[in-house]
Amino acid sequence: MPQTTRIVMPASAKKGEVFQVKTIIQHEMESGFRRDDRGLAIARHIITSFVVTYAGAEIFRADVFPGVAANPYFAFTTTATETGEVVFTWTDDRGDVTTERRTLTVT
Amino acid sequence: MRVLLPVLLALLAWSAAAAEERPSPPRPGVEFQSSDTRQMQGDDGANPGMLWVEQGASLWRRPEGPAQMSCARCHQDAAVSMKGVAARYPAVDPASGALLNIEGRINQCRKSRMSVVPFAYESNELLALTAFVTHQSRGIPRKVAVDGPAKPYFEAGRTFYEARQGQLNLACSQCHIDNAGKRLRGDVISQGQTDGWPAYRLEWQTMGSLHRRLRACSLGVRADVLDYGAPEYLALELYLAWRGEGLPIDSPGVRR
Repeated sequence: MPQTTRIVMPASAKKGEVFQVKTIIQHEMESGFRRDDRGLAIARHIITSFVVTYAGAEIFRADVFPGVAANPYFAFTTTATETGEVVFTWTDDRGDVTTERRTLTVT
Repeated sequence: MRVLLPVLLALLAWSAAAAEERPSPPRPGVEFQSSDTRQMQGDDGANPGMLWVEQGASLWRRPEGPAQMSCARCHQDAAVSMKGVAARYPAVDPASGALLNIEGRINQCRKSRMSVVPFAYESNELLALTAFVTHQSRGIPRKVAVDGPAKPYFEAGRTFYEARQGQLNLACSQCHIDNAGKRLRGDVISQGQTDGWPAYRLEWQTMGSLHRRLRACSLGVRADVLDYGAPEYLALELYLAWRGEGLPIDSPGVRR
């Protein structure tokens, strides 16, 4: 099931310009180390990978582990090269994939 | 004159005490947070509470129930219809005479107008819709009605606020009036304003309602932790809203 996400990046940029991308996704990031009221282990449920491609090329990748807090926030900068689609993909350990797309227009 | 002077002085002291019931000026909850937390709240791209606002926006449009009703079918664009609503809540519902907060109002709408099951208090759905509706009033100063039908609720809230509670035998006012701004271990005691709620609390790793925060306060003074939506908390919510009148709504807040 896709999760709620928020992505903040410009819709257009000048060629060669460095711009910032901020992303956040709603996810419980249950570490798997906690126990419930009856002492039973709570199953791990975390995002394990986050990949961003821009005009087909990978520009950002993160492997995510249980130590990361709930609702992971990733921010990075990249350089505007050509007009193209930026694709954000989060994958969790139950195989749920959340994909978001934004188009960057380069002038 | 000599006889009158002490009386006058006593009257002056009494009016000063009455004026102090509300902090002046009221300071928003975020001012008592660390600079990192303030920064996180101030940036909509980094504020995790905005995820619930986003989720609430899609729930607003989602048709449900036998008649496939949605919030949007009656209220249309929330940016117009819900603007300023949270600033005057909690409010007395004229039909039933009950005091409703935003959560209560949403669930009443679900029951009576959409004929669907109300959301559980503190469910992600109710938090998301509450955050979404409250967010439409961001920047609008709070102003609640405390007279007429709201008066008994308001007085009950004030009594609750001033009553000593729990094993620690503390009243809300002893921390949030007498010692606001001072440190309690690693924390700065706030004025207990509700302008940022519902808020994302880092300790909880999720969004939480004001009543969840009040429950944490009850637990902190080792008093009975009341149910979500309990009449005592609702009355207190009205009193707290009145205490913070003039503060602009600033939800979703981010708290430690």
